[in-house]
Amino acid sequence: MKRLAIYLMCGRETPALAEAAVAGGADLIELGFPFSDPLADGPVIRRAAERALAEGMRTRACLDCLEQTRARVDVPLIPMTYAALLEAYGYERFAADAASAGADSLIVADLPAGERPELRRVQLVAPTSTDERIALAAEHTDGWLYLVTVAGTTGTRERLSPALAGLVSRARKLTDLPLYAGFGISTPEQASAAAELADGVVVGSRALEIAEEGSDALQALVRSLKTAIEEPARWVMP
Amino acid sequence: MLTYGPYGGRFVPETLIPALDELERAWNKAKSDPSFDQEVDALRRSFGGRPTPLTLAERFAPDKRVYLKREDLLHTGSHKLNNALGQAILARRLGKPRIVAETGAGQHGVATATVCARFGLECVVYMGAEDMVRQRPNVERMHLLGAEVIPVEFGTKTLREATSEAIRDWIANVETTHYLLGSCVGPAPYPELVRELQAVIGREARAQFLEAEGRLPEAAVACVGGGSNAIGLFAGFLDDDVELVGVEAAGAASLGSGRAGVLHGARSSLLADEDGQVLDAESISAGLDYPGVGPEHAFLRDSGRARYLTATDEEALEAFRRLARTEGILPALEPAHALARVSELDAELVLVCLSGRGDKDL
Repeated sequence: MKRLAIYLMCGRETPALAEAAVAGGADLIELGFPFSDPLADGPVIRRAAERALAEGMRTRACLDCLEQTRARVDVPLIPMTYAALLEAYGYERFAADAASAGADSLIVADLPAGERPELRRVQLVAPTSTDERIALAAEHTDGWLYLVTVAGTTGTRERLSPALAGLVSRARKLTDLPLYAGFGISTPEQASAAAELADGVVVGSRALEIAEEGSDALQALVRSLKTAIEEPARWVMP
Repeated sequence: MLTYGPYGGRFVPETLIPALDELERAWNKAKSDPSFDQEVDALRRSFGGRPTPLTLAERFAPDKRVYLKREDLLHTGSHKLNNALGQAILARRLGKPRIVAETGAGQHGVATATVCARFGLECVVYMGAEDMVRQRPNVERMHLLGAEVIPVEFGTKTLREATSEAIRDWIANVETTHYLLGSCVGPAPYPELVRELQAVIGREARAQFLEAEGRLPEAAVACVGGGSNAIGLFAGFLDDDVELVGVEAAGAASLGSGRAGVLHGARSSLLADEDGQVLDAESISAGLDYPGVGPEHAFLRDSGRARYLTATDEEALEAFRRLARTEGILPALEPAHALARVSELDAELVLVCLSGRGDKDL
């Protein structure tokens, strides 16, 4: 069965939004811990991070948000953030406190494979990654591999990146781990096409945009994405 | 990968790692290739106007012997050309037809636009919207040189966001694009690459000083934003008994009042809160208005080999005026910070890097 991961930014509404996303069919929630200078993120997640920081969502508050979210949902929760936060908080302490607040793993967008291998986390690979780096990331990753579909930042695109197919086929030769595709996937059509190739799909910027309209809207979006990836045939382009 | 004690490294998205590996390989090859040195050296002379002179500033500091290393007289008006020329030659060797750069004061943007025009490379420069207003003449210069200048409207609209946007552009276009980073900051190998390309300042100044005074200076002084002119000057004197002094803008003292953290791909000393969130810098000088600094400076500070002072906006303006009136030289506001601290030094024989000219600040 194909998996759907939804990205939400930590904030006051997040536990309720996560509950709605899971009710809509999300299999995994990534929780953004905002950073002031997020190099991997496009405008939507950047603005969300700015707002979250203005609301005081520093590391401690994000861990509290994680704990409150954990109290409401049973799916895996994975904080996604930048190395700056772990540098300041302490890598081991961050991993330990996140785990005891209910996190199942971590994603650190600017801590590439090979750096701090002792920190258990989901590794990212990109279309530019060499086979050696994909193998390294697969060796160190925590459960599944995050495939960045585009050379670029997070955010919606008009169509699914043509680079995904090649990346999936290279990764399949190097690892048996599940492959989740993320970055630039926003519509049911794109999610469906990505799920034809990968084992899971991550939707971030589009989920944040819709989450601003409230829990019901988010739940409806997630349901449409979930339906699309579970019944890919319905969405195949003629 | 070269690190500086606990500083440096590569804190970037995976997408960039292969490009950084490629750049590092090209740089290591170039370093051991005499034809690279020859090409850089020939262009520095015939196109850049090197060597730049050393000027004794008798009236500026009558009770000392203060020499100015005149990077303001380099083509395009600042030391930034040293780095831009070298990296453009590397980009050609990498086969990258498109250059992206960040700029604060506009001096690096102008230097980059200049070398791109010279080599026929496409040039895109990111510049904070606020900096585009306060450094208007440099925006016009970049346009005349054929560069596209993209205003950055995010956050403080200064060098910090311009750098982030340039890196994001690079992530999206990495196959065709070289990121021509302007200071000794960023992920490895940039701090080393920029330092080595700026080391010509220290090498020349050392020889010129010996010729003028028959001995080395007691102190070598430079302003520090990201720190590229300072690291280039210091490189000439690291193994000598010469005091090394960096001067930061008081509102952007990433070494003086910063803490260890990660920004723009490297661990260094920076203005950040206890959670690692980066704080705003504030300086009248767009080139120093940056919350981070090169990792080698953080290392030199910790080891005690260099010390770092600050100058306020007012002190820099006062030094700017005084150099103009006493020596007939209009410095940029950035090196005016270095000039502002000269009179208080114990040293009597002082070398100051005059990193750029002040026309842009009028």
